[in-house]
Amino acid sequence: MILAIDLITHGPLLSIGICLVGLLGIVAARKAPNVREGISLTTAIANFVIVLLLHARFRAGADIGGTLVEIVPGVSLAFRVDALGILFALVASGLWIVNTLYSIGYMRAHHEPRQTRFYSCFAIAIAACMGAAFSSNLFSMFAFYELLTICTYPLVIHAETPEARAGAKRYVTYLLGASICFLLPALFLIWSAGGSNPTLDFVSGGLLAGSEASHMTLGAAFLLAVAGLAKCGVMPFHSWLPAAMVAPTPVSALLHAVAVVKMGVFGVCRIVFYVFGVDLLAELGVADVLVVAACFTIVVASLVALVQDNLKRRLAYSTISQLSYILLGAALLAPAAGLAGVAHIGFHAVSKITLFFAAGAIYVALHKTKVSELDGVGRRMPITMTAFAIGSLSMIGLPPAAAAVSKWYLVEGAIDAGRFAVLVVIVISALLNAAYFLPIVWRAFFNPVPEGEESGRHEAPWPCVAALSITALLTVGLFFWPDIIVDLAAQVAGYGGGAD
Amino acid sequence: MLQHLPVLTIMVPMFAGLLVPLLARVHAGIVRPLTIGALGFSCFAAIHMLLHVQGGHPIEYAMGGWPIPTGIGYRVDGLNAMVLVMIAVIGLLTALWMRRSIEDELPAAARPGYHAVLLLACTGFLGITITADIFNLYVFLEIASITSYVLIAMGRRRQALYAGYSYLIVGSIGATFILLGIGHLYMRTGSLAMADILAQFQANPDLYGMSDVRMAFAFLVVGLAIKMALFPLHGWQPGAYTHAPSASSLFIAATSTKVSAYALYRIVFSVFGTEVLVSGLPPVRDALLAMACAAIVLGPLIAISQGDLKRLLAYSSVGQIGYIVLGLMLLDERGLTGGIIHFWNHAAAKGALFCVAGALVLRTGAARVDDLAGLGRRAPWTASAVTVAGCSMVGVPLTAGFLSKWYLATGALATDRLYVVPVLLASSGLTAVYVWRILQKVWFAPADVEPRVGAEVPWSMRLPTLVLAAACLVFGIAPWSVEFARDAIAALGIAP
Repeated sequence: MILAIDLITHGPLLSIGICLVGLLGIVAARKAPNVREGISLTTAIANFVIVLLLHARFRAGADIGGTLVEIVPGVSLAFRVDALGILFALVASGLWIVNTLYSIGYMRAHHEPRQTRFYSCFAIAIAACMGAAFSSNLFSMFAFYELLTICTYPLVIHAETPEARAGAKRYVTYLLGASICFLLPALFLIWSAGGSNPTLDFVSGGLLAGSEASHMTLGAAFLLAVAGLAKCGVMPFHSWLPAAMVAPTPVSALLHAVAVVKMGVFGVCRIVFYVFGVDLLAELGVADVLVVAACFTIVVASLVALVQDNLKRRLAYSTISQLSYILLGAALLAPAAGLAGVAHIGFHAVSKITLFFAAGAIYVALHKTKVSELDGVGRRMPITMTAFAIGSLSMIGLPPAAAAVSKWYLVEGAIDAGRFAVLVVIVISALLNAAYFLPIVWRAFFNPVPEGEESGRHEAPWPCVAALSITALLTVGLFFWPDIIVDLAAQVAGYGGGAD
Repeated sequence: MLQHLPVLTIMVPMFAGLLVPLLARVHAGIVRPLTIGALGFSCFAAIHMLLHVQGGHPIEYAMGGWPIPTGIGYRVDGLNAMVLVMIAVIGLLTALWMRRSIEDELPAAARPGYHAVLLLACTGFLGITITADIFNLYVFLEIASITSYVLIAMGRRRQALYAGYSYLIVGSIGATFILLGIGHLYMRTGSLAMADILAQFQANPDLYGMSDVRMAFAFLVVGLAIKMALFPLHGWQPGAYTHAPSASSLFIAATSTKVSAYALYRIVFSVFGTEVLVSGLPPVRDALLAMACAAIVLGPLIAISQGDLKRLLAYSSVGQIGYIVLGLMLLDERGLTGGIIHFWNHAAAKGALFCVAGALVLRTGAARVDDLAGLGRRAPWTASAVTVAGCSMVGVPLTAGFLSKWYLATGALATDRLYVVPVLLASSGLTAVYVWRILQKVWFAPADVEPRVGAEVPWSMRLPTLVLAAACLVFGIAPWSVEFARDAIAALGIAP
């Protein structure tokens, strides 16, 4: 009962707080790796439990949240649990557990230095994700968005080689630069559009609905906000993502397939559904710009992925392409498409983290990073490559893998919106996805092991294998039982009259 | 007691300044406690007055009991109470911080004198801020300037003499302009009391059309622009900040130019009235807006390429003073809030950064940016302070700098000066470049580089640094400074 009361007023804070407590523990136990990793894992599990409890309370209809501190009238650090936020929090906190397990196997097998900094920054990153997920206004989200950029920088620069430094520099320049140059002025415009009663609070249906500001101003604010959320990877603001692939694989897996990039698309969903609202955007007509950019990104990123030989870079371009599905779903302004976009946040996350886990496992076990070296890997690492195959199916949008569900709704949404050109893009993209994923699977299972290499079974350390098996199973499981995500997404997009 | 606080705030550090060199001959150990005690008193008095004037209860004080237009008056309202607190707190923190630094940088014989000059400089700045008499303002300005020249010229390298001398020349020109302005104003109005002059302007708006009044305003603005190092009149400032002893850099960088900026606020609001910018002499407003915007962009742009940390921070100050002037020139409630809170926000951030620069000088003998490499490993406290203060300079959300930028930008939007927004963002971006360059060195230096910073500086230096850095966070999260600024604006008569 006490926990229930606390969850109502302080639930989101508890979730952020537990990550920070974990951080202190990690730093304190820096001399004892086993304790440190134990604390990491415990924190991840505790955080997930809190999020699950919040989810249960939210489903029961509780209004959870409160204002921590008001900085400027209408600009405060405030939290509220809603459908979109809890979805993002579930995805990020759930996958953090698996990822911690994977990190332990990967970082130890690799004898990586600076592991305390690694686990500490991870804890801050998740705290930032929880903060952004539960933010009840644009300012809070912006603050945690920036925090995430800053605290993931040490993770990208982890190796401290010249390539890592260059990649990290590009990473921070793009993300901070875009948010300062575009997102911040968008905040000014949106706040000022409130006239004498300015606010940045998220409102279901759009806080700007009914605003008296000119269409010119509102349109500019929308485009600036979307451009500023460069973490969503839409072209031409995407090149930080391949550059960030210099990071250790667990970072690429959780941050650059789940937390960081999803924070970007999550932000765009917030902007579309809670700041502007579908009706206002339809009136303004600016969402079409995003539709075009997203379609362009989907196709071009897939084309670029086709010619990448480095496996992680190929996955990175695939991520760029897949993220634009989410943007496309939101920008089509049809309920089914919105549902598809929001649900894809979860479905893409479990699938793509599986693929990255597999890529990292191959690197740890066999020290291979290139697609062209993967002949016969399927025989040496059958579990890993089966998981990879499931992830690939999901990326293409074939059953029985999770992303087939969101693709299906996206098609429905495109038809509802009467955008047949978008349908063509979806089909082309599915073919391209097949063209750059299936050859890897083929090569791994059906090509012989090159001569002069061992051919015995050699999987990565067990935590890695366990982690990628879990996410692969989740990918399949979510295909059959997608409701936990789809229900929340339906609430966000107002699908089937289920607007919250 | 309260009724005499305005004058005691000034007199206590002044008499302490006069006593210090004498008492030092008797007992050298008394110098530091006396300095800290005097500044601590000013600090207490300033904070007490700040709390007292909230809600529109200004404190008026007539020197020697002479009625105001005849005698000299002191007046504390919401605006100058904030500036008084800033000066006194920075003065106190400098006095606490500087023990090891001046032991390292100054010969033993010069140290008591240095304390005395610091106290007198503090007196000067406090006096400029508190007075309600325009000629008295000039007198304190001279006290502050002359002591500043000395504080700068005491640097141990020969360039310090040159820097102090060039500041002397340029500063004297500025002071002359200010005196000429006051003279013209006196010729027309026959009064030196600010309230009296303002009443004449309000009774007779035709005065704004008179050429001697215009000349007076122009002289005052240019003189103060030189004193506050407003771009492009900032030539004296980088050299002065770079070569001065670290303690002087800390005190002067965190207070001096901002006190001149405050004097501009005071002259606009309490001497000429804001009408002078709107209908009296609008070209001055346009010119100052242009200069402020140029400063905001070019200050950090020049700072990026500096190799000396103190010089880098000096150019950054050129940009930051632009914010304060911009806030005034917007003449809008939000913009002014941004300008006024920036007095505190910049003092905290720049103070903390100059503390770190001083620590670097203590440890390595110079303030090269490259020598910051590995600071995070050897001196995590100091390194954290740089990080927080740097983030505040950039304007990261939840730091003080963000609030300044927020209010300035929304103030610009409210007054339809859209061009200001890209200017502010460009400045944030450029600031991010040099701050990132510093943080990169502090935290991510290659492991094979042996840090030149041997170890953490003593607590006497570390604590003031941390206090200032913490202030950057506190003012960013708990908006007290905004409350005070609102009150100040209400007292100045700009409707919220």
